[in-house]
Amino acid sequence: MKICVLVKEVPDAAVEKQIDTATKRLDRSGEKNLNPFDTHAIEAAMQLKEGGALEVEEVVAVTMGPGSAVRALHKAVSLGADRSVHLSDDALANSDVCATGYALSKVLEAESPDLVLLGQQSDDGECYTIGAVLADHLKMPSLTQVINMEVNDGKLRCERQAEYGYDTVDVELPAVISVGDAINEPRYPSLKAIMGAKKRPLETKSISDAGIEAGRVGSAGSRTSVLAINPPPAKQPGEVIEDDDTDETVEKIVGWLEERKLLA
Amino acid sequence: MSGILTYALHHEGAFNKNSLGAVSEGARLAEEIGGQAAAMVVGGDDLTDDLCASLGNYGATKVYRARAPEGLAQPVVDAMAKVIKDDGYGYALFGGGLLGFEIGAGLTARLSAGVTMEVTAVKAQDGRLVAERPILQDTAIVDVEYVGDTGIIIGRLNAFDVAAPGDGTAEVVDVDVQLEEHSTRAVMVKRGEQRGADVNIEDAELLVAGGRGLGKSEGFDLCEDLAGALGGAVAATRAVVDAGWYPYAAQIGQTGKTVAPKLYLAAGISGAIQHKVGMQSSENIVAINKDPNAPIFEYSDLGVVGDLNKILPKLTEAVKAKRGG
Repeated sequence: MKICVLVKEVPDAAVEKQIDTATKRLDRSGEKNLNPFDTHAIEAAMQLKEGGALEVEEVVAVTMGPGSAVRALHKAVSLGADRSVHLSDDALANSDVCATGYALSKVLEAESPDLVLLGQQSDDGECYTIGAVLADHLKMPSLTQVINMEVNDGKLRCERQAEYGYDTVDVELPAVISVGDAINEPRYPSLKAIMGAKKRPLETKSISDAGIEAGRVGSAGSRTSVLAINPPPAKQPGEVIEDDDTDETVEKIVGWLEERKLLA
Repeated sequence: MSGILTYALHHEGAFNKNSLGAVSEGARLAEEIGGQAAAMVVGGDDLTDDLCASLGNYGATKVYRARAPEGLAQPVVDAMAKVIKDDGYGYALFGGGLLGFEIGAGLTARLSAGVTMEVTAVKAQDGRLVAERPILQDTAIVDVEYVGDTGIIIGRLNAFDVAAPGDGTAEVVDVDVQLEEHSTRAVMVKRGEQRGADVNIEDAELLVAGGRGLGKSEGFDLCEDLAGALGGAVAATRAVVDAGWYPYAAQIGQTGKTVAPKLYLAAGISGAIQHKVGMQSSENIVAINKDPNAPIFEYSDLGVVGDLNKILPKLTEAVKAKRGG
């Protein structure tokens, strides 16, 4: 069977994120990292492959993004993916969730995976929705925020937290599963894997290669439009203490609590 | 198309608070832009006529009831897509919560509809709805409008207030939904399982909350000692609950509890949005974290940058001394 893992390049946490005032979209320059949440999805794929309960022939990393996004694919391959697919086309710029989900679903359709894995959210736009969007396009059962996944009688027995506690759900394959970050501790890539990553097969697809209708992606295909960007309501900044001398720090905290009558 | 269709989640014969907030918000907005303020309920026999009609107390004029498996998103996507197509609703609205995210996302694909998530406010403008959505760790808020026939609005947890119940009654309409084949291929085995000890954090006036920064399960001893000294209780983030460090009943945030104590002391919590939504109404927020860039410092009243292993034990002793003497 084949597992596709969706990965994404996100801004480095150290780079200050900002909005491009012309396009009213996230300024994606300065991006360089694989979304940390995605490493859990890759690890989950590797554990299924190594676990032996399913016969996993291939783990394929898939991304959509500009040329620089190959770095996320290289990282994914260094963590264990066998090959990668890069959907890249200028026409995809400024796609919203609806357009992105459609575009990625076309790439996945061509791959015809038995399992699609994603991280629980991206580190930038906080779009934890893409897994469920893909599942509807692909007509596969789906679950998000999965923190435990076991193969049981050819199905995936998944656990997650929902509104009323922990739910256990049996999901038949093929399926789309978003994993939570508690599902595993991702491994570190070996130096050899990092060095070898660039030599693994990487296929770059344009929208026409993937059979994507140009009118359904990019700004033209998006179903949301940003009217304005505003600052959040001003909040009085809190007091901050740097702990140089712990006795002094504790004295300050206690004083602060006493002033507010919290130590009565 | 006009009218708003709001999803109302229920469990064991009662509606979810965030769903009631969304129903209230849907009613308010429908009044402004016109059309029905309808609600969608999906489940089994506990969805009695009376229970469904009670959504009228929060302003719903019509309640669509579909008999289908509960607690999973895809059957609800099928039901809502049918109602939206058949009766022509312009918007689908969801309160905060995991299922709302999944259902809204599924509808986005099914209806080729625009979606906004983590929405904190919705306003009517020229007969259409505009969603306010905070982005970039809440450092900016974007106003988003929808293009096309349908807009999907997924609220942030606690974004929509529950209206004071009135005496309205909603018309209850049964919907016969043919589930998609894929919607039947995920099956609930066990729902709503509580794990770990049953602790009560919602009534505590002082809470000491622990996160990943505690380093290990035993780190919670420090929180328990301090909570004991303060006369409060201990809460936890999702990350540490999922890691098995602390019981589920103590969890704050998106899929956990929402609290507003007099004091919320966060130890080793970075303060992601999913945590913030569960505690931001606390009267006094104190954060101790070794990372000066932790988002929690953006919304704490007193921030302490330092090693909690050094600070917490001494703070516990000092609090004991004060309260004892």
